[in-house]
Amino acid sequence: MEKKIAKIMEDFSEAARSASDSTSVEKLRVAFLGKKGEVAELMKDLKSAPSEQKKEFGQKINQLKKEVESRLADLTAAIEQKELQALIDSAECYDVTMPSAVETGSYHPITLIQREVEDIFAAMGFTIEDYDEIVDDYHCFEALNIPKHHPARDMQDTYYLDNGQLLKTHTSAAQNAIMRKYGAPLRAIFPGRCFRNEAIDACHENTFFQMEGIMIDKDISISNLIYFMKTMLSEVFQRDVQVRLRPGFFPFVEPGFELDISCQVCGGVGCPSCKNSGWLELCPCGMIHPNVLTAGGIDPEEYTGFAFGLGLTRLAMMKYGVKDIRTFNSGNLKALSQFESL
Amino acid sequence: MLVSMNWIRDFVDLDGLDIDALIHRFTLSTAEVEEIYHYGENTHNVVVAQILSVENHPNSKKLHLLKVDTGEQVVDCVCGAPNVREGMKVAFAKEGGCVNGIAITKATVAGFDSYGMCCSEHELGISADHSGIMEITDDIPLGTDLKSVYDIEDTVFEVDNKSLTNRPDLWGHYGIAREFAALTGQPLKPIEKTDTSVYADLPPVDIDIQDTEHCYRYSGMKVDNVTQHVSPVNMRIRLFYCGSRAINLLADLTNYLMMELGQPMHAFDRRKVDCVEIKRFDAPFRFKTLDGNERDIDENTLMICSKGEPVAIGGIMGGLDSEIEDDTTSLLLESANFDGVCIRKSSQRLGLRTDASMRYEKMIDPEITSTAIQRFLKLLMDIDPGVQVVSSLSDQYVHHYDTVELTFDKAYVDRYTGIEISDERIIDTLTALGFDVKHDGTTFDVKVPSWRATKDVTIKADIIEEITRIYGYDNFKITTTLSPLRPVRKSLNKTDEYYAKDLLVEKFKLHEIHSYIWADSKKFGELNIDVEDNVKLLNSINPDHVVLRNCMVPTLLTAVNENKSFGTEYGIFEIARVIDGLREDGTCNERKKLGIVLFSRDCEEKKLFFRLRDMISLMIGNLRHKTVTFTHVESFHNWQHPVNTVEMAVEGVKLGFLSTLHPLTAIKIDKKAAIVCAEIDMDTFMTVPKDELDFVEPSKFPGIDIDLTILRDPDVTYRDIESIIEANGGEFLRTLTVTDVYDGIISSITLRLGFSSPDRTLSMTEIQDVVFGRIVPELEKENILLKK
Repeated sequence: MEKKIAKIMEDFSEAARSASDSTSVEKLRVAFLGKKGEVAELMKDLKSAPSEQKKEFGQKINQLKKEVESRLADLTAAIEQKELQALIDSAECYDVTMPSAVETGSYHPITLIQREVEDIFAAMGFTIEDYDEIVDDYHCFEALNIPKHHPARDMQDTYYLDNGQLLKTHTSAAQNAIMRKYGAPLRAIFPGRCFRNEAIDACHENTFFQMEGIMIDKDISISNLIYFMKTMLSEVFQRDVQVRLRPGFFPFVEPGFELDISCQVCGGVGCPSCKNSGWLELCPCGMIHPNVLTAGGIDPEEYTGFAFGLGLTRLAMMKYGVKDIRTFNSGNLKALSQFESL
Repeated sequence: MLVSMNWIRDFVDLDGLDIDALIHRFTLSTAEVEEIYHYGENTHNVVVAQILSVENHPNSKKLHLLKVDTGEQVVDCVCGAPNVREGMKVAFAKEGGCVNGIAITKATVAGFDSYGMCCSEHELGISADHSGIMEITDDIPLGTDLKSVYDIEDTVFEVDNKSLTNRPDLWGHYGIAREFAALTGQPLKPIEKTDTSVYADLPPVDIDIQDTEHCYRYSGMKVDNVTQHVSPVNMRIRLFYCGSRAINLLADLTNYLMMELGQPMHAFDRRKVDCVEIKRFDAPFRFKTLDGNERDIDENTLMICSKGEPVAIGGIMGGLDSEIEDDTTSLLLESANFDGVCIRKSSQRLGLRTDASMRYEKMIDPEITSTAIQRFLKLLMDIDPGVQVVSSLSDQYVHHYDTVELTFDKAYVDRYTGIEISDERIIDTLTALGFDVKHDGTTFDVKVPSWRATKDVTIKADIIEEITRIYGYDNFKITTTLSPLRPVRKSLNKTDEYYAKDLLVEKFKLHEIHSYIWADSKKFGELNIDVEDNVKLLNSINPDHVVLRNCMVPTLLTAVNENKSFGTEYGIFEIARVIDGLREDGTCNERKKLGIVLFSRDCEEKKLFFRLRDMISLMIGNLRHKTVTFTHVESFHNWQHPVNTVEMAVEGVKLGFLSTLHPLTAIKIDKKAAIVCAEIDMDTFMTVPKDELDFVEPSKFPGIDIDLTILRDPDVTYRDIESIIEANGGEFLRTLTVTDVYDGIISSITLRLGFSSPDRTLSMTEIQDVVFGRIVPELEKENILLKK
């Protein structure tokens, strides 16, 4: 009997060594501990054993059973661990550098810049107005203190239409209507598409976007104008922008200014973009001419105001580094589809 | 315009001041300076020297071997100039010196050593003359630094002409000197001129202004016995630095005067012109101007004539026949003033914009015509003391500008500027600029000087500009406004527009583009798209861009045509204006419209069509909580498909269309691709009121779904089936959805009818009664049958 027990233990050890997965461990369990397994067979032998030895053999068989059970448990744990590791090791390591397949749409860059600037003005209490692209001579010129034969009309090559109207040459064409609509006090911006009848090249377009703003109230001063332009432009460029005013002539403002900002390319030290001056001409502005206020139904003795025009197309070129102005109206998706999100 | 600081210093003392910094202030206070040039700064060690001997170079026909006395020593020099001769005084750059940036070193020229260079005016950078070396007059001692003899050193700046448009007074150095005087606080020196009263008894020039509407003033004077024909070096240098070319003394003097006072002048050769008439001709004719070109003169062009013969185009250019020649000794001097608009229009018509016409069109001061003649005489007599004045200073002054007087008070200045500028500062600034100021308590009475009163300064606000620009905007203390804050509501059309854009870009992955407001007849033609009659541009410089578009889709289709290589499937859109003909009052019916075009080589047209239909339904549904109805209509553009052109409407309000393309257009873009398009009138859409969201509390009780599979008949639309089911579904029918569509020999559609009650569990029997007792019989009445 003792020999048999030793033999079984030896056989078990031998078989356990070659068990490499959970299936073979289960086979092993059935072979030794199953109903017809080796241990069960031994228990049958126990019946025929001499009775004085029964107790001793019984204990030894039990010991054997416990030993086998314990070794099987260890074996199972080891194999589960091994199999888990194999499962982990077999996982594919994904190539995160693969290009994205997500389809995206795109906004026109003018939409992006326009919204950004509109949001800034809305936050400062400005109404945002939309205005026609086709206007009449009165709104585009007369109401803006640009009488017939004024040279300023030559400066803006106007597209005239066969019904006597014209394509607006500047967003200022909306000033009169907006003053009439709201009266004073007034804060409004009015972005829009403008047209000039000229040959196009990398720097010139016949169709482009501007944004005009006016602020009218009692006691609006030049000092307010400078403050306001500086604040607004610092918001647009997301940094403290230096501005300077130079005299500039526009018939609808008096005094009129050209507003320069410190060159955003070189930071003001001088570079080809700013012709080494450190300044970039950005936006004409000025105190609204009394004749323009009067034409808009606002008493210039009671109210003063300022107006400014921002070249949205130019701003977009500066902000996004677009070198050829024709890109904007090209419809070329290879260029425009890059403006994917707000 | 180019401005010489040496010239400015004739009129205002700028000694000890940083000239570049002053020019920078000019930019900030007056007009934009585009460039500053420092002439002569790279010229050193150029002295007056004398050629002692000239020998021919043994190996060269052009070169000479010179011995040159520099005043300190005699040096060898190899020189290629043709005009060398013994005893000649020349401008000589010594070894170690520098000529206009070129370093002069000992050199070996064709085998001979050369210790310096004889310079031409061109090499010195003071004229374009490189015909030979510069000859120096005998009276200058040897060894004298050339820069102490001539004004080679000068700072010249260029002002952007556009920024001088409204400042007629700045078109001459004297006006600019006045600005520098105001900026520095230095006095402006008076113009030195000849007293012409001594000639008052001489016979006058016969001046006859026949067109008094356009010729405002004409001053003239006759001078004889001119013997000098070449201008002094310093005058020529100034003219050259200011962009002019020296011609002869009289021509140079007229140019010099124009650059100094801004008054264009003309000198007629008195052999040809001895009296003048100013008039226009009734019939057009041709006239040869002094640049040698024949010009077409029409009845609107002002002409200067002599005994009926035209001799100059008034205010623009003289005639070739009466021009000053090198042998002219006797001249009739013109200094006139004309209507700026007339000159500008003539100049545009002729395509001839001259220094004179540029000045006249700015409406220069008519007061200075006689001053210019007196100044001319002074300069001429200094150069050529033998000249003889043979007429009185004759003057016809037929049109005076009104004097401009303005009154304002200190409070007005304070309100406009927002800062405190003292009374003294106001008075000093205005006085320095030539305004006559009377100050009484808080009131200022100001008389505008004639040179600012032609159009420039007319109202009080103009005075504010004068005060503030000289004060300097950089010196302004800046402050925010005290305006009360008011709530701002976003306008609805913006909200709609932006929501639509967000949805189309973010959800439907379309690309926003911009196209032009006109039809491109060439590009349209290539795609078989008719350019439909509409409002036209009168003056387009591109003959293909004449008719304004009446629909967004064609311009988008041309964009699709140009983007075929972008991808196999994409969509574009634009929200912009079209012109839908004229309104009753004759103005353009301008509409803001959304155009969408989808392109695909990957999916069939039908699927693409429904994709676009669903985009529109969803967009409008989300914006207004309303349902869009689509109805087939006849195509109304030649590029629309006759079968699938569909009108969209919300509650009966027509919003636009959805269509596939006519094969003739589709095939031109891409034979293998599907293309569908739509247009929505955003202005009309804006008028559709928004409904509140229709919220239904979900039932707590289980519902019952019944599926019906219905045979499809091409004459029956889904809408027909839907309306019968909805009309007969009873109070518990909550949802109706399509779960399957089968297209085969026998086509069918499976619908799922969802029933539920908010307050009880429904029984299958009662629902089956509704479906099979009411709905199905009603469908069968319309010959809509269930699949067995």
